[in-house]
Amino acid sequence: MSQPSMSEALRGVVRRDLLLAMRHRSDVAMSVFFVVIVASLFPLGVGPEPAVLRMIASGVLWVTALLACLLSLGRLFTADYLDGVLEQTLLIPQPLAVLVVGKVFSHWVISGLPVVLLSPLLGLQFGLSGDSLVVLTLSLLLGTPTLSMIGAIGAALTLGLRGSGLLVALLVLPLFIPVLIFGAGAVTNSLAGVGSEANLSLLGACFLLSLAFAPWATAVALRIALE
Amino acid sequence: MSVNVPSDVEITPGDSRFLYYSTLRQFIYFRSGRISPNMFQTVALSGSRGERQLFSDVSVTVKPGTLLAVVGENGSGKTSFLRMLCGLLSPDRGTILWEGKDIRQLKELYSAQLTYVGHLNGIKDELTPVENLTVSACLAGDECAGGAVPKALEAVGLARPVHRLPTRVLSQGQKRRVALARLWLSTRPLWLLDEPFASLDVTATNYLTQRLHAHLSHGGMVVVATHQDIAIPPDFVQQLRLTR
Amino acid sequence: MSNTGINWFKYSSPQAFHLLAGRMIPWFSVVSIGLILIGLYIGFFVAPTDATQGDAYRIIFVHVPAAWMSMFLYVIMAIWAGIGLGLNARPSFMMAQAIAPTGAMFTFLALFTGSMWGKPTWGAWWVWDARLTSELILLFQYIGIILLRSSIDDLRRADRASAVLALVGVVNVPIIYFSVKWWNTLHQGASVSITAAPTMAGTMVTAMLVMMFGFWMYSIAVTLARVRCVIADRERLPSWGKQASMADVAEAR
Repeated sequence: MSQPSMSEALRGVVRRDLLLAMRHRSDVAMSVFFVVIVASLFPLGVGPEPAVLRMIASGVLWVTALLACLLSLGRLFTADYLDGVLEQTLLIPQPLAVLVVGKVFSHWVISGLPVVLLSPLLGLQFGLSGDSLVVLTLSLLLGTPTLSMIGAIGAALTLGLRGSGLLVALLVLPLFIPVLIFGAGAVTNSLAGVGSEANLSLLGACFLLSLAFAPWATAVALRIALE
Repeated sequence: MSVNVPSDVEITPGDSRFLYYSTLRQFIYFRSGRISPNMFQTVALSGSRGERQLFSDVSVTVKPGTLLAVVGENGSGKTSFLRMLCGLLSPDRGTILWEGKDIRQLKELYSAQLTYVGHLNGIKDELTPVENLTVSACLAGDECAGGAVPKALEAVGLARPVHRLPTRVLSQGQKRRVALARLWLSTRPLWLLDEPFASLDVTATNYLTQRLHAHLSHGGMVVVATHQDIAIPPDFVQQLRLTR
Repeated sequence: MSNTGINWFKYSSPQAFHLLAGRMIPWFSVVSIGLILIGLYIGFFVAPTDATQGDAYRIIFVHVPAAWMSMFLYVIMAIWAGIGLGLNARPSFMMAQAIAPTGAMFTFLALFTGSMWGKPTWGAWWVWDARLTSELILLFQYIGIILLRSSIDDLRRADRASAVLALVGVVNVPIIYFSVKWWNTLHQGASVSITAAPTMAGTMVTAMLVMMFGFWMYSIAVTLARVRCVIADRERLPSWGKQASMADVAEAR
């Protein structure tokens, strides 16, 4: 009996999810459009003052990214749960936490990465320039995987519950706060001319911490949800 | 080396000769290096869903080369029992032993011994049968290279043209066949099947029965939750009726 | 709460625990009422008037102990949740379930009194002070746990899922506190430091401690009362009133 190695299993999970995403390209487009539309609404509501826009840019873009992540969390496990693939995933002879990392990674590629790639454009809309654009993109690159990791815990806990979309927001948003603070803070600092390295390294620390704990917690939550 | 097990002799699990023949069969396949002798048992297993007690004190032993048919009326807990055997559901009381060791301790080592085809097919509607089967077999550690997957699909009666269609457009029975095709790739000793014959036609039922028979005669073990009789010689079969 | 010198294994069955809890509630209630009355007396009549804030500061004799209890109860809840997950012990989950509303209540009390204190002191009902903000997030977490539990019908899953959330939260609370503090120093101006209060008189500290112990005893009493309800509800106990004795319990088992 040949067992797949851990990395093979990881790659298998990622490949299937990305293959599925390729069949549903509109899903990817949706989170991108969501971010664009929400980010475009703020200037309409607040007014076109460039100074004001530049001041709120980091907060608005970060909160938008947060909401985009939140909205796509429903897709993370629900389909697998309904068609029985999740059940089979639990029976794969590999640590479930590792497979969860694979699922979260592909989820991030589908819903987080497009937002990161788009962020410089949105930053321009808000009058950010030069360094702060780079910092915005970097902070999102470091922060959005953490959001997906933490979000996975909430998605697993609320799997298959009625009203799970709203519930997952209530559970997960408080947990997103540190990432929001460090991420938006990095951009604010770079606008103020203060170094943003501290904030970025804290974002990195958050990522490592979530990588260490979140997959494990998600695995436990998935087992509970499937009982 | 060959030992003839007389096929015309009626042997039931209660018969003293049953142990002899199944041990013999097991020994042959152990020697031929195909499957090691394993033993699967539950001890005083009790399960419930929510507030409702489903079954209690179920102690049963599945020896290599035997099929355990789990029967019982709707809602008697067949699916829960099978999910418990997989380790997906924890029992209220009792233990499940694989080669004498608690499966909760074995964890992934135990998952590597079983193939489970559940009530849900576990296949993706958007993927083709070949893609579905390749991914799930690779992940489970079964054979998934090149020709093995189409061969398995053909063995379960799915013709080549169907292999490249999205599973979404297939009928219920065809989807079930895709899920069951995993059994043609599986080299695991323990198969746990939840209503495998549901929505299968006569041809597919025959294919599956033959496959189960082959697995049993190689010393494998099968646990089936089912409503219907399985056309497998009774000396391979023991029955477990779940009641409150 | 965990070290009462009682053999917990003997009481690990819900029925027996139900009885034990019933016996302990009156004691904790009496002690808690006594302590809270003494604490309020010291706080409102013995403690001196503050030089800068006048008498308005006296709300801290409720505010500070409530804030302490809110955090303490969260940790205790998480510990019960952890024990429940680790040992698969139903009574632990019941304890965690029973603590959550009391914890949320104290968090709300701390926020409410904090805001009452803030108006005369800072001139605003709400300031984005690091501690107040963290307390608000703590309230969100309590509410999240209670909501998650109530939206799961299967008791076993409800127990275990909310336990996981409680444990995730206990890792997060310090990170959130730290990050909010960081954020607060980043945005100077709005920040008002509570720690800058002048050295407190000994009577003030005494009053706060007495109040805290009073709240603590109150939490135990209320939690035990709630656990009794939870047990009665889950085990469908037929009127486990005064007439039920240990002999009945033995029979029932």
